[in-house]
Amino acid sequence: MFRILQKTISTGVVTTSYPSAPAQVSESFRGRPAFDFEHWRNARPAAEVCPTEAISVQDAGESRSVTVDLGRCVFCGLCAEQGADRAVTVTQECELATRDRLHLVTTVEYGLNADGTHRELRAVRSGFSKRDTDLDRVGQNLNSAIQKLLGRSLSIRQVDAGSCNGCELEIVALNNPIYDIERFGIHFVASPRHADMLLVTGPVTRNMELALLKTYRATPEPKVVVAVGACGISGGIFGVNYASLGGVDMVVPVDVYIPGCPPRPQALLHGILLAIGRLGERLHGTSR
Amino acid sequence: MTSNRFPAFPELQLALGGQVQSMRNERDGEIYLRASGPDVRPIVQYLCSAHAARVITVFAEDRLSAEGVFYNYYILEQHDNPQYLILQAPVPPDDPEFPSLSAELPALNWQEREIQDWFGLKPIGHPNPRRVSLHDNWPDVHPLLKDFPLETALPPFEGERHLYRPALGEGVLQVPVGPVHAGIIEPGHFSFAVAGEPILYLQLRMFYTHKGTEKLFENLPIHKGVFLAESISGDSSFSHGTAFCQAIERAAEIEVPPAALIMRTILLELERICNHVGDIGAIATDVGFVVANAHASRLREALVILNEQLSGNRLLRGTVCIGGMRRAWREDHVGMLRAALDDFEREFADLIRLIYSSDSTRDRLEHTGILRAEKAKDLGIVGVAGRASGIDLDVRRDHPYAAYRDFSFKVPVYQAGDVWHRMQVRIDEIQEALNIIRSAAERDLRAEHCAPPRPIPPDRCAVSAVEGWRGEIIHWVRTGPNNRLGRCRVKDPSLNNWPALVEAVEGNIIADFPVINKSFNLSYSGTDR
Repeated sequence: MFRILQKTISTGVVTTSYPSAPAQVSESFRGRPAFDFEHWRNARPAAEVCPTEAISVQDAGESRSVTVDLGRCVFCGLCAEQGADRAVTVTQECELATRDRLHLVTTVEYGLNADGTHRELRAVRSGFSKRDTDLDRVGQNLNSAIQKLLGRSLSIRQVDAGSCNGCELEIVALNNPIYDIERFGIHFVASPRHADMLLVTGPVTRNMELALLKTYRATPEPKVVVAVGACGISGGIFGVNYASLGGVDMVVPVDVYIPGCPPRPQALLHGILLAIGRLGERLHGTSR
Repeated sequence: MTSNRFPAFPELQLALGGQVQSMRNERDGEIYLRASGPDVRPIVQYLCSAHAARVITVFAEDRLSAEGVFYNYYILEQHDNPQYLILQAPVPPDDPEFPSLSAELPALNWQEREIQDWFGLKPIGHPNPRRVSLHDNWPDVHPLLKDFPLETALPPFEGERHLYRPALGEGVLQVPVGPVHAGIIEPGHFSFAVAGEPILYLQLRMFYTHKGTEKLFENLPIHKGVFLAESISGDSSFSHGTAFCQAIERAAEIEVPPAALIMRTILLELERICNHVGDIGAIATDVGFVVANAHASRLREALVILNEQLSGNRLLRGTVCIGGMRRAWREDHVGMLRAALDDFEREFADLIRLIYSSDSTRDRLEHTGILRAEKAKDLGIVGVAGRASGIDLDVRRDHPYAAYRDFSFKVPVYQAGDVWHRMQVRIDEIQEALNIIRSAAERDLRAEHCAPPRPIPPDRCAVSAVEGWRGEIIHWVRTGPNNRLGRCRVKDPSLNNWPALVEAVEGNIIADFPVINKSFNLSYSGTDR
């Protein structure tokens, strides 16, 4: 007992101050890829190396449509290594959670030269860059009734609907003394009947579809569903195939999407707080 | 002492006559033995009894369009022999059957049933020839046939039809658990038959996370295959990624620069330490010693942060590539590595002292969940679980890869086979891993980190093995045209080891199941793929 106390005291407090302070990431961390659409000479090489078709290219005569989907991205950074134009760079941004799947998708139209390079930028329909606090606030107002009910003390049931276990490792890390999710009054519970939120990883496999549905039905209203990781959002590297149905929203309605492969603990925390409308308060450091 | 060798072809012919057709040395450490038909029982029996071989894995390949035949492959190894023997047995499409080996080699039970599910080849004489990977209520499809399109949309299920062995008798109850579990873990179904507290028997139903991984590999551009390999089992991303890259490098005869081999060795050991320390904490939690887990998970987090500093990803993803490593390390990376390990070693010693000084923890873990050595051998158990039950196997020593030849390390082996010793193996291995990393970090890591990319020739086969933190990982590949894959077989150690859990829990009280399960900590996704 003495040894335990001694170790506890000598260790001190190790909990991060995130989210009132920005997420601490190492300088090597690969976060959201940023795109300089204006100066992108050719999107095809990046699309060809992308392991999950997060960047896809469609040519029609002299025009090209490029789709960038952060909901598929595994943050490998291969796209940033293609081409001398340096139009794609890897940022350290990890807080990518959103209420709207479309916020993660950007479509860009280019005019093409004969050699397949971009001649001109014609249009950018960007979900991501439009994602701003206004939109978040609209979402928050819509959900304010639920948030009032769940916001102060949240019970989460985690459901692995087919994941590789990478997301689970990071979700488990939320319980370690560094991220200590219980300081927000949030805890993981053993049964969906005790839960307010389902934190679901994917891809949803054919063999797990029924179990996910039953878990969803067993969770009392009001409830919030959060889809975690590239696979939970879109099927990720597994996509849709004979054994995989793709993202969680193919089976149950999803309220918040958290990109990443896997999303780091701060990104998960950001998404969970976003889902219960407690982000503004914490990120701006206002105390209650 | 001279090391073992598989018998030469004339000797095999003498013993087996026309049952063996030909033999070729594919490359260093890889022999292909061709059987004349699907019945390999005499060959396997001969190799296992007269030459002390062990069957590692069995899998099939659809070669109908190329050669008009299916193949079953059996990978075998011998103690003290760095070679793998790959026994290739043709199965004709007009008689799609092969004699089962599962009754004699229970380790092949699920693997032969996978062949039945995926290719429609029947293992004749299998003691339990039910479906395994595609659950009972799937339509009648065989997705790894080449003419089965990956994206086939199948009709919806019609109800659950899986039957479990009933629990009968006065006071005997069936306790169903899962697939959605109480903790933050992967899905699977456990059906316990209990008489009061003690467990009479446990039935497993796995493959809930089957996501078509081996099918996905087919026709995949090879560089993308690395990322798919990293997603086979999240906690072994680097081990599976490396196993895949090694297989391609062997197939295409790509020479990986020495600095990259050393970096791989360091990260493989780092992955081992991360997972082992996490497991030690989790085992402590499951017997109520939560403080120990708080320290263990803090230590794990420090290493995960180190992972990110070295690779850009907390699970070491996107780091290994065909030909070496994607990025070189700077001098200060090596400094960070050393500093983090020094801190870790000091704190880890404190953690172990805490655990050792807790009598109640020891009391709960000793003699709990015993897997006896002879059972472990019969079941073909590998890795940490095997070494705690007297199975002296370690790919790093037996089939050296990366830079393991350059470093000496001990392989801890215990006979007791209980939870305590599965934890002890992990404690010992962390110490060995620290030593390996320290010696490796002395080497010149700033030299070339990747072989120049070049086209991968088609139709080359190669086997590759990695001792992941859990145990033996095997990848077998056939390359396809245009830098794509033809086939990739993945065998995670969990595929061998799940039956060990069934053995180990028998007679224990149900309240000890979580800690017994955690002491194996098997991968569902690695098993189900």
